Amino acid sequence: MAQIPESLQKVRFYQTGTLTVGNRLLDAEHRSVQATLDRSNSLDSGHRACQGCGEALGARFAIDAAMRATDNRLIAANATGCLEVFTTPYPETAWSVPWIHSLFGNAAAVGAGIAAAMKAKGRKDVRVIAQGGDGGTTDIGFGCLSGMFDRNDDVLYICYNNEAYMNTGVQRSSATPGAARTATTMPVGKDPGNAFNTGKSVPLIAMAHLIPYVATASVHDLHDLEHKVTKAMGVRGSRYIEIFVPCPLGWGSKPSDTVKIARLAVECGLFPLIEAEHGEITGVTKIRSKTPVADYLKLQRRFAHVLKPDNAHQLEQLQAIADRNISRFNLVDDQGGQE
Amino acid sequence: MKTPFAITLDVGSSLLNKTGSWRTERPQYLDRLPPCNHACPAGENIQQWLYLTEEGRYEEAWRQIMDDNPFPAVMGRVCYHPCETSCNRGQLDEAVGINAVERFLGDQALINEWRMEAGTSTGKRVMVLGAGPGGLAAAYHLRRMGHEVTVFEASPQAGGMLRYGIPKYRMPREKLRAEVARIEQMGVALQLDTRIDDVLAARDEGAFDAVFLAIGAQLPKRVDIKGNGEPPVLDAVTVLRNTELEQTTGLRGQVVVYGGGNTAMDVGRSAVRLGAKKVTVVVFEAREHMPAHEFEVTEAREEGVTLICLRAIREVHGDTVTLEKMVPGEGRWPQPTGQFENLSADVVVQALGQNVDTALVDALTGVRTAEGVVQVGADMQTGCAGVFAGGDMIPSQRTVTTAIGHGKKAARNIDAYLRNGAYQAPEKHEVVNFDMLNTWYYSDAPRTVRPMLNVMRRQSGFAEIVGNIDQEAATFEARRCMSCGNCFECDNCYGVCPDNSITKLGPGLRFKFKYDYCKGCGLCVSECPCGAIKMIPEDI
Repeated sequence: MAQIPESLQKVRFYQTGTLTVGNRLLDAEHRSVQATLDRSNSLDSGHRACQGCGEALGARFAIDAAMRATDNRLIAANATGCLEVFTTPYPETAWSVPWIHSLFGNAAAVGAGIAAAMKAKGRKDVRVIAQGGDGGTTDIGFGCLSGMFDRNDDVLYICYNNEAYMNTGVQRSSATPGAARTATTMPVGKDPGNAFNTGKSVPLIAMAHLIPYVATASVHDLHDLEHKVTKAMGVRGSRYIEIFVPCPLGWGSKPSDTVKIARLAVECGLFPLIEAEHGEITGVTKIRSKTPVADYLKLQRRFAHVLKPDNAHQLEQLQAIADRNISRFNLVDDQGGQE
Repeated sequence: MKTPFAITLDVGSSLLNKTGSWRTERPQYLDRLPPCNHACPAGENIQQWLYLTEEGRYEEAWRQIMDDNPFPAVMGRVCYHPCETSCNRGQLDEAVGINAVERFLGDQALINEWRMEAGTSTGKRVMVLGAGPGGLAAAYHLRRMGHEVTVFEASPQAGGMLRYGIPKYRMPREKLRAEVARIEQMGVALQLDTRIDDVLAARDEGAFDAVFLAIGAQLPKRVDIKGNGEPPVLDAVTVLRNTELEQTTGLRGQVVVYGGGNTAMDVGRSAVRLGAKKVTVVVFEAREHMPAHEFEVTEAREEGVTLICLRAIREVHGDTVTLEKMVPGEGRWPQPTGQFENLSADVVVQALGQNVDTALVDALTGVRTAEGVVQVGADMQTGCAGVFAGGDMIPSQRTVTTAIGHGKKAARNIDAYLRNGAYQAPEKHEVVNFDMLNTWYYSDAPRTVRPMLNVMRRQSGFAEIVGNIDQEAATFEARRCMSCGNCFECDNCYGVCPDNSITKLGPGLRFKFKYDYCKGCGLCVSECPCGAIKMIPEDI
């Protein structure tokens, strides 16, 4: 079930194994793309993302891996959102890949169009990525995305999920979790923050389209993320990857905690790392050491009210969601975690 | 310039946008002091030699040890490894088995006959008194600095307490002999069976420019015990020395050892091996306040040594030892109760510590002694110019490793003295504590267990009881090192920077910040596993 390639599983013990970005004791082939001197730095310095931006990090991780997998023959279409705004204030761009922005809601359609054009030109070598934030994916671009899945267009769609509309001022999206404070779900009343039992899981919806490949990844587990992007680029047809990218500004967290928060979200069970092919789950990344959700929540001001005694019921609800994910996806190994 | 329809400006790169101006704090790479290095009395750079061992660079690792300590094979056996006690990994799972790796490297050097060279000759001559660990370490370092060194030793063999104090089952003599021989091969002259009584006369006669005294603490401390001389009351120093010289030790029948330190354990365990019927160690202190190391006590008991704590020996008469029961008093000092009990014995050995024979220094003008030990300055120099001292004869912990550390420190100061200068120790870096690490990144790995000889064989002879670990195990154990405070090039900072503002310089060259773009988010600091980056406020 584990998604780590067989070659990596043979790593018996090399100080940090493959947990760090690189490892001087490993063969070069077992190190990550990010560890190489010649990584493409698809999203280069000088962009205007906030300090400690998870999305900027996730985008460079993903696109660099895709560049490596496609031998640098890659075109990216981008939805409106932070990722577009902070990288490309006209006429500057931080992208070192062919890159296009059209509308908030049509990145999937633009990507599908590019793929069709490449097919018409007979350029099988050129691959296409469409990308956006959770707002542009789960809400505004959802129709185009579903259509792309439906037609099985040869596009990898990457959603950088930071659980709200950050670019416009932290408004709720359909990826915002229960109890989270946003500008439109203020922590007031008996059930402060975003209402529970709302929103949707696009990875599961993508699976329901029976597309060739669906995965979730997180900026804290680079090897897992790169493996999934590389695998996705090795497949034709519609593919979807959702990457968990903490947002210091919108979540009220320290910029230096971005990776830690992503790690805790996965380790507590709130963001399960899964892989699915043609609608069937084919792999889960096991939790290494299970953590209570409170450890994850307490680093973020958007959940500050949840940890107050009055709102203990919200903490219980969030823990119940994490526990359900753990049992549903079998995230905890019987032997006590994965190494 | 012609641009496409509706486009008025050429494409520019974001590299024009120097986001470094946003920063209020800057990350900075630094080397912090790992707790193992900090705790090592010999001042070894343990983290560094483990780092080299991780990559299989055993000879380089060994040479790294040799920069500070000429006895890796010895230390890998007898050191009480304060490095492991302070190891940060101890707070994660178990401390790194540093001592076992040191032994592996030390033995590799003996197998492969790795050698050390003397330094370029300075023409200066140094006299060292005492061929124990302190004296030999000083001689070794001085020789590497290019000085001529002669070591005078009163005993027939070199090694000091390593030979005449520590039993063979912990310190096999062939390893000691080999490491001493390696120092001799560098050109250090060893004059055995030579007792010096007049330091200055010997110095002038040999035309020496400086003197290092390291004669140790050889005189047994004794308490007066009432009795008629039967059974005999011996002392540990003599018993252990006679064991080494294979002379009659007097250990027979029922042996009672008086003392709670490591030496008491050495005597008790030697008595077991020499065929004593029953060995009892009588300890004045409470069990938890015994000065002996826990593993010594455990191993002694495994071998059949009985321990009686909170007892004072009051009288030895006929075949009976009279003990007074004690109770814990204020602090650690036990108080008498007036209740007595008897123990039968054929021989009693006092193992209550040793004093320094100060007769040698009493003749030297200017040398001050206090509380039975020689006083030295920060430069290890006594009050007599050009006469330095170290090891057990000066105030110290009285361990082999401490003596070796003294030898190194004295050598540096003697060298400075000979060059008419003063040794300036480099400033110490900040010590890394556990909270500075991000231990999530280290693979789970239990400590390697060193093989132990079975108890039957331990009881019947002086064979070495702690076994070797093989190359694979030594490399594994070295790789358990978390490299506290010293970059091990895991690429984490290079990877986790959202602003791509770190340059990787390539193997062995580490990394560099691009301060033009670093926004000062601090992610590199949080995600550095080993605490080798620090945030520093910017002057704004």
